[in-house]
Amino acid sequence: MGLYVKNLFLIVLLLGALIGSITGAAFAQDGASPIQTLLQSHSKKLKRSSAKSIGPVIEAIRESGLPQAQNVLEKWRAKELWFRKSDDLLIFVETNDKKTYSLLDIATGQSIGSATKKEIKQIKPNSGVRGLIDGALVFFRLTDSDKAVRISALDSLGRDPKAAYLPIIRTALSKEKDAGLKTRMSRMERILIARFETDTAKRVVAIESFADDMGIDVRAALNPLLSSKVKVAMEAPDMANLARDIFPGVTIKNDGGTASEALYYEWLGGSPPELSMADAYILLVKAKLAPADVSIEDQKTALISNIKNGQVGGVAIADLNTDKARATAYRALVREDLAAETISVEEQHAVIEEAFFYGVYDQKNMDVVRAARTTLASINSKVSINTFFDLFLDAMSLASIYFLAAIGLAITFGVMRVINMAHGEFIMMGAYTGYVVQQFIPNYTLSIIVAVPAAFAVTFAAGVVMERLVIRHLYNRPLETLLATFGISICLQQLAKNIFGTQARPLTAPDWLDGALVINEVVSISWIRVAIFVLGILFFVLLLFILNKTRLGLETRAVTQNPRMAASMGINIDRVYMLTFGLGSGIAGIAGVAIGLFAKVTSELGSDYIVQSFMTVVVGGVGNIWGTLAGATLIGFLQKNIEFFNPSNTLAAQTYMIIFIIIFIQFRPRGIIALKGRAAEA
Amino acid sequence: MDKTSKPFFLRYPSAMIFILCLAGFTIAVTIFSESVGNGIVSTSFLKTLGKTLCFCLVAIAMDLVWGYCGILSLGHFAFFGLGGYMIGMWLMYARTELIVLKASAGAALPLTPQELTDGIGTQIFGVVGGAKIPAIWAFADSLTIQLILVVLVPGVLAMVFGWLAFRSRVTGVYLSILTQAMTLALALYLFQNDSGLRGNNGLSGLQNLPGLEDAAQADISLWFFWASALALGLGYIVVKLIVESKLGNIIRGIRDDEARVRFLGYNVEAYKLFIFVLTAVIAAIAGALYYPQAGIINPAELAPIASIYLAVWVAIGGRGRIYGAVIGAAFVSLLSSWFTGGQAPDIPLGFYTIKWVDWWLVLLGASFVLVTLYAPKGIGGLFDKFGWGEKP
Repeated sequence: MGLYVKNLFLIVLLLGALIGSITGAAFAQDGASPIQTLLQSHSKKLKRSSAKSIGPVIEAIRESGLPQAQNVLEKWRAKELWFRKSDDLLIFVETNDKKTYSLLDIATGQSIGSATKKEIKQIKPNSGVRGLIDGALVFFRLTDSDKAVRISALDSLGRDPKAAYLPIIRTALSKEKDAGLKTRMSRMERILIARFETDTAKRVVAIESFADDMGIDVRAALNPLLSSKVKVAMEAPDMANLARDIFPGVTIKNDGGTASEALYYEWLGGSPPELSMADAYILLVKAKLAPADVSIEDQKTALISNIKNGQVGGVAIADLNTDKARATAYRALVREDLAAETISVEEQHAVIEEAFFYGVYDQKNMDVVRAARTTLASINSKVSINTFFDLFLDAMSLASIYFLAAIGLAITFGVMRVINMAHGEFIMMGAYTGYVVQQFIPNYTLSIIVAVPAAFAVTFAAGVVMERLVIRHLYNRPLETLLATFGISICLQQLAKNIFGTQARPLTAPDWLDGALVINEVVSISWIRVAIFVLGILFFVLLLFILNKTRLGLETRAVTQNPRMAASMGINIDRVYMLTFGLGSGIAGIAGVAIGLFAKVTSELGSDYIVQSFMTVVVGGVGNIWGTLAGATLIGFLQKNIEFFNPSNTLAAQTYMIIFIIIFIQFRPRGIIALKGRAAEA
Repeated sequence: MDKTSKPFFLRYPSAMIFILCLAGFTIAVTIFSESVGNGIVSTSFLKTLGKTLCFCLVAIAMDLVWGYCGILSLGHFAFFGLGGYMIGMWLMYARTELIVLKASAGAALPLTPQELTDGIGTQIFGVVGGAKIPAIWAFADSLTIQLILVVLVPGVLAMVFGWLAFRSRVTGVYLSILTQAMTLALALYLFQNDSGLRGNNGLSGLQNLPGLEDAAQADISLWFFWASALALGLGYIVVKLIVESKLGNIIRGIRDDEARVRFLGYNVEAYKLFIFVLTAVIAAIAGALYYPQAGIINPAELAPIASIYLAVWVAIGGRGRIYGAVIGAAFVSLLSSWFTGGQAPDIPLGFYTIKWVDWWLVLLGASFVLVTLYAPKGIGGLFDKFGWGEKP
């Protein structure tokens, strides 16, 4: 605040001086524009600008409220401001041939004459000056009449906050009319206060106001307040901003800059001790509190440089192939004063024992540190709760994808006991159908609406054809069905490759599925995944309806339980088989469209999902769509949770998940929801 | 007729014919090889033939477990790959050790054991951003132990997996899916960089035998060809002995009606487990012979699809007859490399040219469907038609 008042004072002074000195020298023309007048009054400082002295000048230009002020600052920053040597007239220039320059008036841009290169000089602001100009320009953009410009200015300010922005954002805030933007600006003001304000009480208030704010920018602003340096001394540290005592090889550093003891095993993960014994000794050496040890490399160099007659320290070179022999030779060198003494690990540890290692906050003001520490702790606990919720959403979305991919398989497998290895290729077919439809219908919304039934129709037809031509002949030979459908699977995959090529084809989602549903800074889910989730629920309800409320469903359930009995009751088994197979394949096609929206459409699309789909069906239990739902949920949640604990390694997550499933099958060989009674043995 | 009193080969003329054919083939290839004979068979083709013999051996194992015991395992190629990895570890380690030692020959001081292992670690694992040698390489410097591991690792994996699967009575397609899942899990695990086996780079340079730098590839290839032929012959005899014994009758019984065999008092799980583990070990041995000839192994080789192709070979060759598996594996894999190698002539149709590189898989898939539908006995079924097949 003080700076601001001082600036205002200066401006008043300068303006006074200006009015007083409206005589001659600096003026080439009478009736100069106000901006020209203002600039001319500072022409000396402008010509030889330094970051120290130029501040008031920039302030003056910014505060002038003149319409050309922003333009002048921008040109100045871009080194496009010149002056005429003869009379210091500040001008813009324009040149066509680099020899003669036409001079342009600053206010109007009109040509006011011409000059040669020698008569004029460019003003080149250094980086410090440019930084100050940037600050002033931010002000112009923050108070721009266009809201989009103001928003982008606020964003860029947030990316690189500086102390200089604090008065600027205050002025801008007082002028802002838009309520939403005003909230954002005042939040930015608090971030700047938290970082740069000099008044402790105000800072603490600003910091504590963020306790419920999970924004990354807030965390980025608060974390530097808790930065600390590791130091070492021979007597116990005694300073106000002591962060933590460090015991080398034992304590770990916490988020808030404090320390705690933790068990650490490399294979278990977790964070290692902050300071290893070796690093601790190096620190001691650097602080000149202990003599330097000779590294293994240096010992080796010493040995090599002391080779005499094929021997080092009385040991033959050929024998120096063990650490022990090398140590003996080196000791011999030390005795002959040819090499520096080494310091044994025990000695090093003894010195480390005596020394005090500690962390010191870079921030001297402990009130600020304490406020930042409690606020960050509160933020972090909020973030972890929300991360958990985000994980839940992710898992739900993955589960719905698996459900969609597996439900068709569950129907065919459940009703007909037929393993359809080509199921994945039906998913792929559906995705390619979507792609082809998009080639004909450029409107993405319409094309998706057309693609879904089209994919269903195509894969339904393919399924029925496959059932009639191949699978019908292989009932009661389930293993051979598996193989035959595998043959079809490689055929279809290669055909897709021949037709569409190996490169991925795009299946573009309509605009309204772009972006994500953002609940807060931590929790968000893309609209495509929401759509897939809705689609999954839709199919679940639809299939429940078909199976439980329609004639086809009744017949299907009868055939599932006992095909021969069902046939005796007059049910046309062939028709039921054909329709269920078609239905299962058709749903795979629709799943393909959904998957294609977020994954690239390639001929291998299906095989990426086939094993997971089988797992879903097997884990869930055969012949029951509730089972498939349970299986998909279990697998989705399991995979996301394993990934959460080991985020860098999704491959490992899949491995562990499959192992889990193999073990799971031990306890429930027929899945989560198993058919009971005679149907189970069919 | 008391079959048991007669010598093995007279009892089973098909085995005798097979062994004679194999011996004749081996001798013929040797005569025509670059190393010993006149070089009609190029070294690269010799390698292809040697690799094909290994495929035949793993196909025999697949036939035993599927054709005779009724377990459609979609995981036997994983055991094949594991065997390759086990021998590959020694080949790579020993060779890198020699390279490191050679590089340090000019250094001022001889290497300490630690410096040597560090050097080897950097050489082998630099590609996955590591320098430490993982614990699973502890025995990689010993050929004997790695050879034991070729049998032990896949054997124990098969034992644990089989025990878990069979004791919970997972059968039929469920078991197939489960074995496929196991294969996928293994492949995905190996794909990680920190699996300790160089992630998707796999192990390479396996065609060079450590300590035999001077030997020409032509000679090495021939030696591996002989070893593969010997292994195939032995494997054939072992499997033949099993399927013709009482054990063979029981496992055929399990294939045809598991429940009935169980009710007769046999411990079905134990028999299945034995066959599963035995075939896994045979597959691993085949893999250990295959990959030094291929020169490189990576996790993609273990992908579930490979195991399914194995089933395809056996099905096309004819299940439940050992020579059928051999014929299927040899026929399909040689045909496959002929078609995909670009040697097969393209067929111009005027409006479209059929390139076999693109269409071979379509042909294979379609013919496979046709075989399953109309010729469930596969190529081996032809022998029945002519009346000189044995009853499977």
